[in-house]
Amino acid sequence: MYALREALAAVRRAPVLVGLSAGMVALALFVVGLFTLAAYNLHVALATLEERVEVVAYIRDEASSPEVEVAIQELTRLGEVERVQYVSKDQALEQARRELPEFQEIFTGLNMNPLPASLEIKLSSGFRGPEAVSRVAGMAEAYPFVEDVRFGQDWVDRLFLLRRLAGITSGVLGLSFAVVAALIIATAIRIALFARREEIHIMRLVGARDGFIRRPFLLEGAATGLVGGALAVGFTWGAYWVGYRWVFAMEWLPTLWVMGGILMGAVFGLLASALALRRYLREV
Amino acid sequence: MIQFEKVTKEYPRRGEALSNVSFQVQKGEFVFLTGHSGSGKSTTLRLVHFGERPTLGEVRVSGFSSDKTADRDIWKIRRRVAHVFQDFRLLPGRSATENVAFALEVTDTPRKEIRPRAQRLLSQVGLAHKSGATVEELSGGEQQRVAIARALVTNPLVLLADEPTGNLDERATRGIMDLFRELNASGMAVLMATHDLEVVRRFPSLRVLELDQGRLVYDSLKAG
Repeated sequence: MYALREALAAVRRAPVLVGLSAGMVALALFVVGLFTLAAYNLHVALATLEERVEVVAYIRDEASSPEVEVAIQELTRLGEVERVQYVSKDQALEQARRELPEFQEIFTGLNMNPLPASLEIKLSSGFRGPEAVSRVAGMAEAYPFVEDVRFGQDWVDRLFLLRRLAGITSGVLGLSFAVVAALIIATAIRIALFARREEIHIMRLVGARDGFIRRPFLLEGAATGLVGGALAVGFTWGAYWVGYRWVFAMEWLPTLWVMGGILMGAVFGLLASALALRRYLREV
Repeated sequence: MIQFEKVTKEYPRRGEALSNVSFQVQKGEFVFLTGHSGSGKSTTLRLVHFGERPTLGEVRVSGFSSDKTADRDIWKIRRRVAHVFQDFRLLPGRSATENVAFALEVTDTPRKEIRPRAQRLLSQVGLAHKSGATVEELSGGEQQRVAIARALVTNPLVLLADEPTGNLDERATRGIMDLFRELNASGMAVLMATHDLEVVRRFPSLRVLELDQGRLVYDSLKAG
């Protein structure tokens, strides 16, 4: 109760300082929010691309239907495989005609169908990385009736490298700005502590518990972080709206992430205050 | 109550502030701690208050040892050992009552008891009539009385006073000394640091410890 009263009193005593702190935290967390938004949309885009990762096994013309059927069943049973689709020679030609209209004349003048039948192996989510794709491709290639296997090794490798780079970059930059936010809160708390140094000195003099002295400041730090976090979400949403409307369609962050972001602001505020208090109370 | 066992206190830049000091203060005793500026009086009081830890030796206060007491438990000692200073250290802009009430509030006093207890403590130090006056409206002697009232909020067993009359005139000094004697008569040990030998001479029956350059050079108890 005392802690809450004192934390509110701190806001009343120095509203500009508290407001500025919350604003600065909001700006720092806003940058974190922008990185998160960019990283999330990149993640969504890459996930869409990932869904298109598949292994295609081309089948020799002399392959018999039963042995292909057995292979389809065996491959489907693999954990890495979501489904296997058989594309006959006729379907392949039909598809080529549909998708490559510029070669229409060549396809029309054919006496025989040059395209092979194939198995299109779609991979399960979580098994679209270079290793899993290579493993499935190897298994498909082992069938004697399979002439060739294609899965665009370079493309898959680059996709996953890009994904890893995006993850690391947004993680490092996001964390850096989160640390900046924490430093701002810690500085604001140190200013508040300095402004109330006489009271703190008297509290220690008469035997107030450390926890009792700390609590209002911890509460103040957490509230500053919480307000800063909420403002940052507002700013980020504004940036999203402008981007969505004027630049390109993107997705807003999941609610859980937003809640987590605000909570993270409060936790950062709490930790930053605890750190500032720890150092300051040692000096008093 | 208070025991110094071969206590040495050394500061990184200043060097030794206390050197191999040993003494005891019994419950209900009144002891003057005298010596020139820089002789180690304030350091001694800070060690009793656990504001500092000895470099060597051990300080024991009301069952707490400087060797064994964790930082998180120091508040327990502070509630048994009160401390007043030459510069009073009151909260400016607040009334006498508010200054005492603040100390009560931060030491777990139930809310409804705070005002009446603050008034009682101010009456005890003879300041009931000035309870509403702000610190700036009080004289030096009155401010020191508020500081003493504040020091009494936890019913301490020991009162440490660091040059408490240093900023006061003759009359105010006498008043504060009378107050200390009253508190001492009620069973509270008083350890008062002063370089004012006039004050000390006025109470020849009280024990005197003299420090010189960090060494205990005189103890009236042992000198007989």
